[in-house]
Amino acid sequence: MVSVTNDKDSNKVSSPPTGFQVIFREFIKDKLALVSLISIVLVTAFVFYMAYFVIDLNELMRVSLRDKFAEPGEKFILGADQGGRDIFGQLVVGAKNSLEIAIAVTVITGIFGIVVGLICGYFGGWIDNVIMRIIDFFITIPSLMLIIVFITVIPKYTQWHLILIISLFGWTGITRLVRSKALSESKRDYVNASKTLGTNDFVIIFREIMPNLSSILIVETTLNFAGNVGIETGLSYLGFGLPPDVPSLGNLVAYANNPKVLQEYWWCWAPAALFILIMMLAINYVGQAFRRAADAKQRLG
Amino acid sequence: MWKTVVRRVLIMIPQLFVLSLIVFILAKFMPGDPFSGLITPETDPARIEELREKAGLNDPWYQQYARWIGNLVQGDLGKSYTFQRSVGDLIGEKALNTLWLSLVSVILLYLIAIPLGILAGRYNNSKLDKTIVLYSFISYAIPTFVLGLLFLYLFGYKLQWFPTVGSVSVGLDPGTFSWYIDKIYHLILPAFVFAVLGTTGVIQYLRSEIIDAKALDYVRTARSKGIPMRKVYSKHIFRNSLLPIAAFLGFTITGLLSGSVFIETIFGYPGMGQLFISSVLSRDYSVITALVMLFGFLALLGSLLSDIIMSIVDPRIRIE
Repeated sequence: MVSVTNDKDSNKVSSPPTGFQVIFREFIKDKLALVSLISIVLVTAFVFYMAYFVIDLNELMRVSLRDKFAEPGEKFILGADQGGRDIFGQLVVGAKNSLEIAIAVTVITGIFGIVVGLICGYFGGWIDNVIMRIIDFFITIPSLMLIIVFITVIPKYTQWHLILIISLFGWTGITRLVRSKALSESKRDYVNASKTLGTNDFVIIFREIMPNLSSILIVETTLNFAGNVGIETGLSYLGFGLPPDVPSLGNLVAYANNPKVLQEYWWCWAPAALFILIMMLAINYVGQAFRRAADAKQRLG
Repeated sequence: MWKTVVRRVLIMIPQLFVLSLIVFILAKFMPGDPFSGLITPETDPARIEELREKAGLNDPWYQQYARWIGNLVQGDLGKSYTFQRSVGDLIGEKALNTLWLSLVSVILLYLIAIPLGILAGRYNNSKLDKTIVLYSFISYAIPTFVLGLLFLYLFGYKLQWFPTVGSVSVGLDPGTFSWYIDKIYHLILPAFVFAVLGTTGVIQYLRSEIIDAKALDYVRTARSKGIPMRKVYSKHIFRNSLLPIAAFLGFTITGLLSGSVFIETIFGYPGMGQLFISSVLSRDYSVITALVMLFGFLALLGSLLSDIIMSIVDPRIRIE
């Protein structure tokens, strides 16, 4: 009896920590990553809550020339822009729009990339060949320029178009990664054993291989999300993202294209620029922590 | 190896062909054409129509495409409608500015990245190493336009150390010594932004390469022969670790090209990136298509260059 319980105990102790335990431990060890993660969640929740339930967009975007370039103060926490519109409100709504687009692009490219990557890696053959040639092509073309050309071509242009266009050029990285991992997984014994048992290919792919890739998928998705925030804000900054009358972080930063605004009315652009900066640092930092958690050699905890 | 290079170049041709098709069709779908800007109440619609006919804009797209690609192969990039001059000349002039910018950026990039990477690798896990790793993380995470604007605000407007716009001051004679100095003076700030943002890859590569090399047999042999550590680093490890860095050159070119769109817009620098944005805004098809083709070609060339350098410096890697 005693030896049995002992056996059970030692089994418990020696069983390797599961995915979420590893991530949890990593974040406990790295306080900065924990702070980043919590602040990303809080900021996102705050921004979405404010934008959907508190701020009235029509009220916000109404021009009032009396408040032109009002300085930060009691009426406007972060001052007002050229049209007397509240910068703080625009920042909140802009952050919501930018995050929304980045999340949508991440989800679309993530799902597409995972499915296509798994299929290519598992089956190989001509599908794999064709998709890989397409990816090679996408990797070498100047995608930023083509996105810009695409955006100018579309006549009635909404944020959904923007999401689709960015996704069109953003799926290659994750597909390539998932493919290479799926390729090496599909040669493993457990897959062969499952095949011998007559398991359906799609069950093997999604129930057996995919869970083994979950850690790198989390890492890649986080880093992709950061990248997509960067792409959306960058495009809006250049004037090819969201339309100028829709608040977006990039559009706010683009106020700085006017040298006078850049020099004298810093409150128009600096908050958005700093917001982007801090968000990018935080998301990337969390991504790095995930990466360490996924790689036993780099783990802190 | 030359066989593989030739093969890679041959693969580039279909890629460029597909790119040209996509770009051309997209350009055709762009709303408005170069002549819609000329339409005012006084102009005769027939006159505009005549201009369109003369420019061949009424032909079916595949005929226009065939004509365009035929000219392109012969080196004739067409004519810019907004500037009323040959696209080749226009791009050539701007390309020179972008070339200068890229050159200074690459030099600054390696000047910053190599010492930092070496120090981080040599003293890994020290405070210094942690600071450098943090720096390379931050430079990786910052978007180009945010850092560009912050630098422009800080060093251009607040501290006034550097000029804020253009590639050269007005009133200097081209070719004189002070003209060149002034040009470089205009280049430093945008190039510095590029360099700071581009260092991540080089630093991380160099650092991990040096850390790995510390445990290798040849280093142990050198140590056991009594060579001081300082010399092992400078003579043995660095030589091995530095060479592959050369291969980053190709990737840097690709990064510089896409970054130039942002940097040149922010710093008002008259290069190809700025020309691209302004020609998209003015629907100047011939310039847009030519620029996208050129950037695509340069990006392909960059990745080819990287692979070639890599296979020269590291015989273990063979490009197939």
